Amino acid sequence: MTEEQTAVMDAPDTETQNIVRTRGVKRVYQMGKLSLEALKGIDMEVQRGEYISIMGPSGSGKSTLFNMIGALDKPTEGKVYIDEVDVAQLDAYELAWLRCRKIGYIFQTFNLIPVMTALENVTLPMIFAGLATDEAIDKGVDLLTLVGLGERVQHKPLELSGGQQQRVAVARALANDPAIVLADEPTGNLDRKTGREIIELLRELNQEKQVTIISATHDLKMLDVSDRILWVQDGRITKNQRRDELDLDLGQIGAEEE
Amino acid sequence: MTTESAATAGTTEKQISLPLSKAIEISFRSLRIRFWRSLITIGGIFFGIAFLMSILTSASINEALVEGGSPQVRALLEQKGADGDSATQQVWLVSLSLLVCVVGITNAMLMSVTERYREIGTMKCLGALDKFIIQLFVLESTFQGLVGSVGGVIMGCLFMLISMMTSYGWDPLVLFPVLDVAQSGLYSLGAGLGLAIIGALYPAYRASQMPPADAMRTEV
Ligand SMILES: Nc1ncnc2c1ncn2[C@@H]1O[C@H](COP(=O)(O)OP(=O)(O)OP(=O)(O)O)[C@@H](O)[C@H]1O
Ligand SMILES: [Mg+2]
Repeated sequence: MTEEQTAVMDAPDTETQNIVRTRGVKRVYQMGKLSLEALKGIDMEVQRGEYISIMGPSGSGKSTLFNMIGALDKPTEGKVYIDEVDVAQLDAYELAWLRCRKIGYIFQTFNLIPVMTALENVTLPMIFAGLATDEAIDKGVDLLTLVGLGERVQHKPLELSGGQQQRVAVARALANDPAIVLADEPTGNLDRKTGREIIELLRELNQEKQVTIISATHDLKMLDVSDRILWVQDGRITKNQRRDELDLDLGQIGAEEE
Repeated sequence: MTTESAATAGTTEKQISLPLSKAIEISFRSLRIRFWRSLITIGGIFFGIAFLMSILTSASINEALVEGGSPQVRALLEQKGADGDSATQQVWLVSLSLLVCVVGITNAMLMSVTERYREIGTMKCLGALDKFIIQLFVLESTFQGLVGSVGGVIMGCLFMLISMMTSYGWDPLVLFPVLDVAQSGLYSLGAGLGLAIIGALYPAYRASQMPPADAMRTEV
């Protein structure tokens, strides 16, 4: 099935639905005389409320794509639209605002600020967004309770396990009620069981809060919670599958991952 | 225009801010977690400013003694003579020590920036503007400058007073030129803070220019 072709073709009619859309995105890394084309023209769209997994082998360009969608890096060529706004047109303030309010990021390495408690980590984006301290604290406690850390609000990151740190990171990503949560290998540094819990947490958030989730991974457990899977290989999207198509060629996936 | 429906106002007004109190809190903690290194930087500022202050104090006290000192003290001063050569030498030494001070601050700050690469990138992903990052680093340096300079001013002044009392008896204390010395103290304090800020500018700028995408990278 070459579903990705048709998906791209009939997109223009329903553009208002797309929270993320990329057109011909290329990214070339220049290292001295060497140049490496990590993305070779990516066209994709994500609809509001979807749970998307970006799958692909190491070095295929997942993180690079991710930085493009997250407005963390600029494409060498092509356009990224978030909520149908061309990210390249934004000035520094608008870009910061976008990162602060519209997108929540989750990293493989958790990336909590070590000198701050769990609660302070979660409230920092709210402070940036201009929320009053009291309000931020109330909301932060609520969010930490939501991710199951209501008892550990005052702990520093180093006093928490990996899974707990990632929960704090999930809470932080939700701080300003973002429309999109981006997660780059959120389970990469976690054991199987803890990884599963984080994935399920993301899925719940996706369903209950209608947050769009885009997650890069090579963790096959991610597959059965995703609405759609984008397969990336060597800087290109090679396959675009909806979950209901997935069951049919599950054997094939297992084979590919080997 | 400002009294639109409150719910949408938040989203149309694209404001990102970091209140000063919060910035102070964050930078203070970053210093505390690197206590020993901060202490070394503070030590550098302390000695540089103490040296500067002791020389300024010495000049003020000398002047006071020439004007109002007892005959014996004046005779002693006469004996030493107004030594022009050693004065320029001292200026050189002070300048040099202050320069070393700035280099020390810059070096320590650069180390701190490198160490906190991911932390800075993460903050930028959370929506921090470049100027927040600059603010945090400059504040950190300002704290160090403040503590070091206040200590240096007190130390330099006391040291010179006591050292002059050992040569000239009670006169330096009795004739202590409070106003002059206070003024020198303020200058030295200003110099210390200024140096701390100058030393932090380049590292802070470097930190602020860090691409947020680097926070994602697992290596480094
Ligand atoms: N900052 C960079 N400078 C130079 N080359 C880079 C940089 N970031 C990524 N690359 C290169 O771009 C290609 C894609 O890297 P990317 O990190 O996007 O892969 P990935 O799919 O996320 O891999 P992994 O699963 O290991 O995280 C790789 O060949 C990598 O070496
Ligand atoms: Mg990656």
